[in-house]
Amino acid sequence: MAIRLLGLLLLVFSSVTVAAAKIDHWQTPQGSRVYYIRTEGLPMADIQVSFDAGGARDGQQFGVAALTAALLDTGAGKWNADAIAQRFESVGALFDVGASTDMVTLSLRTLTEKTLLDKSLETMQTVLSKPRFNEADFKREKNRTLAALKQQQESPAAVGGIAFSKALYGSHPYGHQTAGEIKTVAALKAADLKKFYKTYYVAANAIVVIVGDLSKEQAEQTALLLVKDLPTGKKPEVMPDVVIPTKASQQHIEFPSTQTHVLVGLPVTYRKDPDYYNLYVGNHILGGSGLVSKLFDEVREKRGLAYSASSSFSPLLKPGPFTVSLQTRNDQTPEALDVLNKTLSDFVTQGPTEAELTAAKKNIIGGFAMRFDTNKKLANYVGMIGFYEMPLDYLDTFQQKVEETTIASISDAFKRRVNLNALQTVTVGKTVEKSAK
Amino acid sequence: MNKRLLCAVLLCLPVASQATSKVSEHILKNGLKVLVKEDHRSPVVVSQVWYKVGSSYEPNGITGISYMLEHMMFKGTDKHPAGDFSKIIAENGGDENAFTGQDYTAYFQTMAADKLAVSFELEADRMRHLHLLPEELKKELEVVTEERRMRTDDNPQAKLGEYFMATAYTSSPYKHPVIGWPSDIANYQVEDLQAWYSRWYAPNNATLVVVGDVQTQAVFDLAEKQFADLKTSDIKPLKPQSEIEQLGVRRLIVKAPAKLPVMVMGYKVPSLKTSAQESEAYALEVLAGVLDGGNSARLPTNLVRGKQLAVSAGASYDLTSRLDSLFELEATPVEGKSVTDLETALKAEVTKLQQTLISTDELQRIKAQVLASDVYEKDSNFYQAMQLGTLETVGLPWQKADEYVANINKVTAEQVRDVAKKYLIEDHLTVGYLDPQAIKGRTGTPEYTRIVSKHAPVPATTTPKGAK
Repeated sequence: MAIRLLGLLLLVFSSVTVAAAKIDHWQTPQGSRVYYIRTEGLPMADIQVSFDAGGARDGQQFGVAALTAALLDTGAGKWNADAIAQRFESVGALFDVGASTDMVTLSLRTLTEKTLLDKSLETMQTVLSKPRFNEADFKREKNRTLAALKQQQESPAAVGGIAFSKALYGSHPYGHQTAGEIKTVAALKAADLKKFYKTYYVAANAIVVIVGDLSKEQAEQTALLLVKDLPTGKKPEVMPDVVIPTKASQQHIEFPSTQTHVLVGLPVTYRKDPDYYNLYVGNHILGGSGLVSKLFDEVREKRGLAYSASSSFSPLLKPGPFTVSLQTRNDQTPEALDVLNKTLSDFVTQGPTEAELTAAKKNIIGGFAMRFDTNKKLANYVGMIGFYEMPLDYLDTFQQKVEETTIASISDAFKRRVNLNALQTVTVGKTVEKSAK
Repeated sequence: MNKRLLCAVLLCLPVASQATSKVSEHILKNGLKVLVKEDHRSPVVVSQVWYKVGSSYEPNGITGISYMLEHMMFKGTDKHPAGDFSKIIAENGGDENAFTGQDYTAYFQTMAADKLAVSFELEADRMRHLHLLPEELKKELEVVTEERRMRTDDNPQAKLGEYFMATAYTSSPYKHPVIGWPSDIANYQVEDLQAWYSRWYAPNNATLVVVGDVQTQAVFDLAEKQFADLKTSDIKPLKPQSEIEQLGVRRLIVKAPAKLPVMVMGYKVPSLKTSAQESEAYALEVLAGVLDGGNSARLPTNLVRGKQLAVSAGASYDLTSRLDSLFELEATPVEGKSVTDLETALKAEVTKLQQTLISTDELQRIKAQVLASDVYEKDSNFYQAMQLGTLETVGLPWQKADEYVANINKVTAEQVRDVAKKYLIEDHLTVGYLDPQAIKGRTGTPEYTRIVSKHAPVPATTTPKGAK
C-alpha cells in the first residue's frame, strides 16, 4: 500500500521531519536511468520510457521530433500498425507516444498478470527499438500532421499560443510549437526521422519509469528488457540558454472571432531554479489557484470580463514560459488587458498579503496528498523527477519548501524575475472601433 | 500466443482487489440518497452532490438555466457570502468545481479524507439556502456569455455539433445546448433562477456520492448530521418529452470560418434506461467498440490507415443517457477527399456490420479492454464516483456499475449485428457537414497592429523579441 503510506507520512511531515516517498533508482549497464515505486492494491502498472528528444531538439526541422514519435507504433519489427494495435489492445493495454517541448514519452498502462504483461512489454520494446519508418506510413502520418496544423488556424487560442512562444523565445529551440509548422513539416522526409531517431533514441538518453504492482525484481527485468536493443549512444548536446527579452512588445493578430485571446508573459523559471518555490507559491496566489486567485477575482468575479483568467509558470529544462491569459468579448479587450496588467504589476510591486500567503500555504499543503493519489499521477511525478534529475526526495521536501516561503522571499523573487518592462503581449481577435457602445 | 487463451486468463483475474470495496447505500428520511465506496489506497476523498436536473429538463425560453444556476451556486447563501464557499474549500486543501450535462448537475470537492465534514457542511448549506442576488447574476450572465463565445461561437466544430443536435431532434429536449441559446442566456431573471432552484434543489432530488479513504458508517453519520434537517421539495414528475419518430434522413450544412471540412452522422438509438431489452444497449456499446475502441478498431484501421480517407474518424454511444439518444459517427477527410466520400465509407462500415458477424477476435478484444478498463478506472476515485452518480441521476440503479463487465461479456456477435440492423437505418439518420469559409483577416501572413494599453508598464514597442 505504498501510495497510502507515502501520503500518510507526508501529511505529518509539516510538523515532524520524516523521510518518505522512496523512489528506487538505478542505472542499466548501458546507462539508462531507472525510477521505480511499488504500488499495491490494483493488478496494474504504469510504465514510461522518456528521451530528451522533444520539440526543442528539432533544429531547423520544426516538427521532426513529434513526427518521429508519431511514427513509432505505425510499424516495428515484423508488425505493421494494425498488428501493433491488436497486440496491445488484445491484452487491454493502453499505449501512447507523446512529444512535448523537452521530451518524448512512450507510456504503457498494463495489467500485471504475467502473460498479459509479457505481451504488452514485448510490443512496447519492439516499438521502441525497431520502428520501421516506412514510406507509406510516413506519408500518411505527415499528411495527418499537416491537416492538424491547418485546423489549428481555425482556433484563435492556437494562433495566439504559437505567436506567444515566438514572442518569448525568438529563434531559441523553445520558440516553435512541438507539432511544427506547415512549411517545415511539408519539407520533412522519412530519412530525416530515421536520423533523428538514431541520434536521440539511445540508451544513454533514456529514462525508464515503473510505478505499479511489480516487485523490484520484475521492475529490474522490465527496465533491462525495454532498453536492451537500444544502442548505448550518448547524451545530446546541452540546450542553449534562453535570452530573456529586456524590452516589452505588443502584437495583435486580426482574427474573425467574437472574443479576443490575450496572452502576456515572458520566459522565467526552470526545473532546478532556486527561486522556483517562491515563484510557484506567489503564482498560486496571483492566478494559479483557479476559483480563488487574484486574477480570477479581478477579471471574472468583480467584472465578469471573462470565463477564464489565469497565470502559470511552466518550468522546463531552461526557463519556460510565464503566461497570464484571458479571453474576452472583442470590444472589452482594452479594459480586460488593463485589469490583467494592473493585477500583475500590483502583485509584482506589492507582493502578497499575509492572509493570502497563509491561505495559499493551507491549500497547497492541505491538498498535497491529492497530487499523487492515483497511480498515473504518481508515475508522472516520478517521470518528472527522473527526467529533470530532481532530488529523489523532491516529494518529501515539497511541503517544507512551500512552508518556508515568506512575503519577503516571494516579493523578492517576483521583482527580480518578472520584469514588468519586458512583458510580451499577444492579442488575437477582431478589432472593434471605439465609437460602438 | 493464442488470443483466446489470453482472454481466458484475463477473465479469471481477481479484479475486485483488496483495496477497493463494495458500494453501500443509505437513504435519509428527507430522501437524500448517500452512496459510499471505500478506497484506502490514498488518504483522500471525493464527495459529489448530484441533482436530477440538467438541460433536458428545461423548457424553451430558459434553456441553459441549469448551467447558469450551477454558476450561481458559488455566489453565496444566507450564511456564506459570495466567494466564501471556494475560499473555505481552498483553505482546507481542497479542489472543487461543478459540471452540468443534459441529465444532471453535479458539484464536487476532492479533499484530504479528514476534511470531508467541511465539504458536507457547505454543500448542505447551499442545497436549500442559496441567496440569489441580481447584481451577481448580472456579472455571471456576462461570464457565461464569454464561455459560450469561447466554447461554441468561435469554434467551428462545436458550432456544427450544436446545429447538428438541433436538427437531429424534433420534440426531445436534447435538441438544446447545455449552455443554452444566446437569447435565453441574455434574458434570465433572478425569479427564473429562484424558481428553478426551489423546484429541483432538495434532498429528495439529490444523490450524495463519497469515494475514498473513509469509513462507511462514519460517512452515513456525518451525512445525517449535516443533511438530515433539510426540507424536502414537492418534485413533480417530469413530462416525458419523447422524441417523435423520424421519417427520413435529415441533412444540414454549417458554414463557418474554418480550414478543414468535418462531417458527423447520428442514428436514433435507445439507451440502457430507455431500451425495451437492456441487452440491446450493451450490444450498441460493443458496436461502438468495434468501430472505435482503440487503434485496432475498424475506423482507424480501415478509414484512417487502410483506405486513407480520413485524418481522424470516431464513433460514440452514450449508454447512460436518460432519454433516447444518438449513435454518432464523425470524421475529417484527408486532403483530396470530401465529406461525401466519408459518408459513403462510413455507411459501408455500417452495412458490413449489418450483413456480416463481427469476428471472435474483435469481440474478445473489446471484452479484454472492458475488463482492463474496469481495473484502470479503480485507480481514480473521481471516476468511480462519476459512474455511481450518473447512473442514479438518470434513474438507473447504481448496481449497474458493478454489473457492467458481466453484461458486456454476455454480448454475442449476433446481437451486435441485430442492433446494427434494427437501429442504424437511413430513415433515422441525421448527417451534418461543416463547410469551411475563408478566415478573413488572416489570409497569408498575419497582420500586426498595435494596441495601446494605459496600464502597460512601459510604452509598447514592436521590436523583435527573444534572442538578440
